[in-house]
Amino acid sequence: MPMPKTGSGSASGYAVLAEGVVKRYRGRGKGGTEKRALDGFDLAVRPGTVHGLLGPNGAGKTTAVRVLATLLRYDAGRAEVAGLDVGREPRRVRSRIGLTGQYAAVDEGLTGRQNLEMFGRLFHLGNRRARQRAGELLDRFDLTEAADKGAKEYSGGMRRRLDLASSMILQPDVLFLDEPTTGLDPRGRGEVWDAVRALVAGGTTVLLTTQYLDEADRLASHITVIDRGRAIADDTPDALKNRVGGDRIEVVAADAGDLDAVARTVDRVAGGGLVVTDAATRRVHAQVADRVAALTEVARSLQDDAIAVEDIGLRRPSLDDVFLRLTGHGTAPEVEHRAAEHQDPGRRDPESHDTENHDSAEVAAA
Amino acid sequence: MTTREKNPSATAPAADPVRNHGSVFWAVSDCWNITRRTLTHYQRHPSAVVWQLGFPILSVLLYGYVFGSAMKVPGGGDYREFLMPGMFAMTMAMGFMNTAVAVVTDAAKGVVDRFRSMPMAPSAFASGRGAADLVVAAAELTILAVTALLMGWRADGGVMAGLGAFGLLLLLRFSLIWVGVWLGMLVPTPEAAGGLYAVAFPVTMISSTFVAPSLMPGWLGTIAAWNPISSTATATRDLFGNPVAGGDTWVEEHALLMAVVWPLVITLVFLPLAVRRFQRLSR
Repeated sequence: MPMPKTGSGSASGYAVLAEGVVKRYRGRGKGGTEKRALDGFDLAVRPGTVHGLLGPNGAGKTTAVRVLATLLRYDAGRAEVAGLDVGREPRRVRSRIGLTGQYAAVDEGLTGRQNLEMFGRLFHLGNRRARQRAGELLDRFDLTEAADKGAKEYSGGMRRRLDLASSMILQPDVLFLDEPTTGLDPRGRGEVWDAVRALVAGGTTVLLTTQYLDEADRLASHITVIDRGRAIADDTPDALKNRVGGDRIEVVAADAGDLDAVARTVDRVAGGGLVVTDAATRRVHAQVADRVAALTEVARSLQDDAIAVEDIGLRRPSLDDVFLRLTGHGTAPEVEHRAAEHQDPGRRDPESHDTENHDSAEVAAA
Repeated sequence: MTTREKNPSATAPAADPVRNHGSVFWAVSDCWNITRRTLTHYQRHPSAVVWQLGFPILSVLLYGYVFGSAMKVPGGGDYREFLMPGMFAMTMAMGFMNTAVAVVTDAAKGVVDRFRSMPMAPSAFASGRGAADLVVAAAELTILAVTALLMGWRADGGVMAGLGAFGLLLLLRFSLIWVGVWLGMLVPTPEAAGGLYAVAFPVTMISSTFVAPSLMPGWLGTIAAWNPISSTATATRDLFGNPVAGGDTWVEEHALLMAVVWPLVITLVFLPLAVRRFQRLSR
């Protein structure tokens, strides 16, 4: 008696639901300290959406995904996936989910096609159906040409797509993506993003963890921010940004020696808002009420004072600002994501000298 | 890339096929699929077996032809006749490394996590691994035996005894599957697993593989005689009708018995350890 595949199947109406989930890790050795990786974690994901789960390193993102994907038992609380209790019916949950973890979990000793056929048989499709499904997925993930090459020879992006395809064999209700683009080049990231969008268009619910705020911004319609094992915010990306405040003016000084003068000017115009100065990137930014007036005024007075600027502009608050505000600290791989945000979409430059650290960013009070 | 499946209900397979058959059916079916996976690796890269056999074949050449003339077999007999069954036993014993490296590679690459997130039988990962390892071990033994025959080795113990000898060798390999699975879950990386060779090599040497324990210093000879590899080597020598060089200690006199008891003991200890290690992944 197969369950109707409605996409949610849950009485609660959520594709994923976590309430007060606690996961404790016992420390090593005797009397080891107990660590609470999840400490009353709440999450509600609507069917057919991409839900971002964001947080700094060690916040509990991966633990949350592993608990929901039945890989880890939790100690307290309630967790439901596709309407099924994760603790009580892990086996049935497994036939309704797909998981793509931090590493592309494909068998490099097999070809792409052999991988999908093997996973299909292990999903109990039978030989003929597994073969057919492998063909469909290879086609859908643009891997048909490389189908009979060893997965070892695949590029990072191709391996990720094969990984995603393996997670999609049963057309799962819920797909868990744990940092799916970590370690991929820009092209690979773009490929994975396209694949994820296509999956959601096909009705799958996606829970996405990521350290790249721009990635969540692009893909997710809803975001939960997790810190120290707890959800500390849950909203749409726009609402989260509004929470931090309106538009920001941003000035990049041509000369680091002018930073103080720029900060004073911005402070005068912004009128009372916090002015953030980042010496490493010679950047000054602050929230403004009237964006156009502020931009005009700052530009004019800097010109009057003969202070050279490299760039001046307005920007919406980024999720990064949200993060700083909510957690009091930025994301760990600051370098990578800041670079991605300020360059081409999806471009990431590990050599970037943009090493701004929010913990130490000077905050000039009004 | 197509943006959506035309008709998800038609193309997407049934969501809950677990119910169509009993759990025993799926345990066997899943085990076979995992076995098939490993065998496909060898089918794609058959040279892997040859590489794995490089070490024992090189050892046979070194010991049989380089040191051979200086080696003596207590009780008389040809050294190379004595050496071959020891080589077979040692190859089986070293096989646990293949298991360990394969398991840790799967764990490190996230393949174990993928399997655990799928509705397959939880036992299949280890049982399929073990079944594949036994098939590969049987193939290795066949290649080694043919090589040995080409080098002049003869088994005159009769067909049944010969088959019994191969059975004992595979039994040793079987018991070491669980040591391999356990170690594979214990070590963090495939590179670290490679370091196990440093431990495994002396353990296989301090046995009756190359030299009779009775020729070693007393204490070392005792350790070598009680080495499970020695029991299998001595018992198979006997069954193949090769020079045995048996000592007069209890364990050497009961080699055939111990060639059965040792693998059972190893299995009884390491199978539960391996299972526990696997279960601890969810903690």
